[in-house]
Amino acid sequence: MKPELRQYFRLNRLPHIWCPGCGNGIVVGALVRAIHDQGLNQDEVVIVSGIGCSSRASGYLDFNTVHTVHGRALAFATGIKLANPKLTVFVLMGDGDAAAIGGNHLIHAARRNIDLKAIVFNNSIYGMTGGQVSPLTPQGKRATTAPYGVVANAFDLTELAKGAGATFVARGTAYHVVQLTDLLKQGIRHKGFSLVEAVTQCPVAYGRQNKPADPDKMLRWQKENAVNIRNRHKYSQEELEGKFLTGVLCKKDATEFTEGYQHLRDLLDSHE
Amino acid sequence: MNTHSRQPRLMQGNEAVAEAAIAAGVKFYAGYPISPSSEIAEICAEKLPLVGGTCVQMEDEISGIAACLGASLTGEKAMTATSGPGFSLMQENIGYGVMAEIPCVVVNVQRGGPSIGLPTSPAQGDVMQARWGTHGDHPVITLCPSSVLEAYSLTIKAVNFSEKYRNPVILLLDEVVGHMREKVELPEEGTLEIVRRKLPECDPEDYQPFKADDDGVPPMAPLGSGYRYHITGLYHDETGFPSSRPQVVEDLIRRLHRKIEDAKQEICLTKEYRTDDCEILVVSYGISNRSAYRAVKDAREQGIKAGLLTLHTLWPFPEEALKEAASHASKVIVAELNLGQMKQEVERILAGQVRVEGLNKVNGEIFTPNEILAGLGGTI
Repeated sequence: MKPELRQYFRLNRLPHIWCPGCGNGIVVGALVRAIHDQGLNQDEVVIVSGIGCSSRASGYLDFNTVHTVHGRALAFATGIKLANPKLTVFVLMGDGDAAAIGGNHLIHAARRNIDLKAIVFNNSIYGMTGGQVSPLTPQGKRATTAPYGVVANAFDLTELAKGAGATFVARGTAYHVVQLTDLLKQGIRHKGFSLVEAVTQCPVAYGRQNKPADPDKMLRWQKENAVNIRNRHKYSQEELEGKFLTGVLCKKDATEFTEGYQHLRDLLDSHE
Repeated sequence: MNTHSRQPRLMQGNEAVAEAAIAAGVKFYAGYPISPSSEIAEICAEKLPLVGGTCVQMEDEISGIAACLGASLTGEKAMTATSGPGFSLMQENIGYGVMAEIPCVVVNVQRGGPSIGLPTSPAQGDVMQARWGTHGDHPVITLCPSSVLEAYSLTIKAVNFSEKYRNPVILLLDEVVGHMREKVELPEEGTLEIVRRKLPECDPEDYQPFKADDDGVPPMAPLGSGYRYHITGLYHDETGFPSSRPQVVEDLIRRLHRKIEDAKQEICLTKEYRTDDCEILVVSYGISNRSAYRAVKDAREQGIKAGLLTLHTLWPFPEEALKEAASHASKVIVAELNLGQMKQEVERILAGQVRVEGLNKVNGEIFTPNEILAGLGGTI
């Protein structure tokens, strides 16, 4: 670890609980580099997380950290940001946390365009509970609760966030860590709701059921199947089948919720 | 207009809750509309932005209480309001508030249940849910007003207790107390006792976020104040980090209970009416208490030695006050709009010393005084 990054970790809380080969540490590394590069004040950063493997990251990071309940991290974060808009609030969630039990909160946080930096660690599985199916497990893949393969469709969380009104939506991977760091930095600079989906590998709970259970091969899969949105025009629709887009997928300006609410207070003040 | 003058006002119970919360320093409301509580949200939406506060309608009751807990972590006083179905949805996060020791007031304006039940009729069926709704063995504070003025004063108590003891406080109204309008003379502004949570006085590097003072309550640093620490709903040690060591687990759960148990003297609020020599004691709370009061008064006029113990605090149960009020009684009647939830508690405390009977009404209507008078053996 670079010496200048050590200050962001609670070194006495390490080693972490993640399995060998897990991608969560790569994503957390990208987050910390992004925070460092953007020069955020540690005392004014809040890391809110839900429940799951990736949500344990909050305990290892030396900021104001809140490990909440399953699925509701965005709702806790909404209260934190509204009550103190000066804070920079990151929300760390897994794919099950954000897309299943917490899906409704994701929709409404995006709709409000509240300035929360949501980061979804997408490993396509419930890791902590031992490999059950997630809404982002691809159709046909196996999970302990889908032993014959997943029947239902997976959904694309970035499309959901765009549809719900998120003003910054991006996707990166644990393999493309430089790009991921850059996307996180753009999310930090963005005023409004941002969602960065980080595709990451879970060799133990996902890989063993779906092969290969090899982190190196799983990272290669990310390399081979990620298509930077800038290069999309080079691919035909058929060639894009089974691949996924990375990069900034949506960016637009809209009134941020806490600013809108402050504007309301100011208007009421001026009418008194 | 000064809203806190002694000038009498005609006020609704839900309105009293919203106004008292703001007077007690609540700056944050998040919730989801549900009858018969929605006036609280509507008044907060109108008034909170005028005092620099925030009111947000969330996507459901789960996120309503979650946002309140989040806001409270930044140092703001926060409140949410709901009714039975929404109260059920809030239970998991009430437990989080208990475990992470986050002050917050949860108002439940009770309606008939179970399920959708009777959306605009009164009931008192959530007494045990208020006590045991969230999973795990946990302490709780629950207050219950029976008039509009009490809705005001007990809301202030609820905010104060939540701040002082760092625990969610449940304020149980019922549809009638929530919706009825009464003449009230509110206390003068400036005469109210307003409590704020303790802040740490040590340097940030010495801060042990869950190390309690002698009163069992740890000082609470707001997020963003320079005291960086970790908050979790997992069992945790005094540093705030997760631990499953048996001693840590037991120490924490016992302290959480003890901080409320040791404060029962302050928290357990009751009112006694002619209990000094009563042979028949009526125990009641909420709207049922109003009918019980009239019934006891009428019974006394007929020569029946009746008395009334009104519970303003339901949890922790005011055991001492009950034992005292029942000391001369040969019979105790618990009048409530459920099938005997509090009667069981009264029986448990009096444990065979006195006969305890339930007077129960579960048809969506409140007691008439005569129904209780008949239970006292009075002539109607």
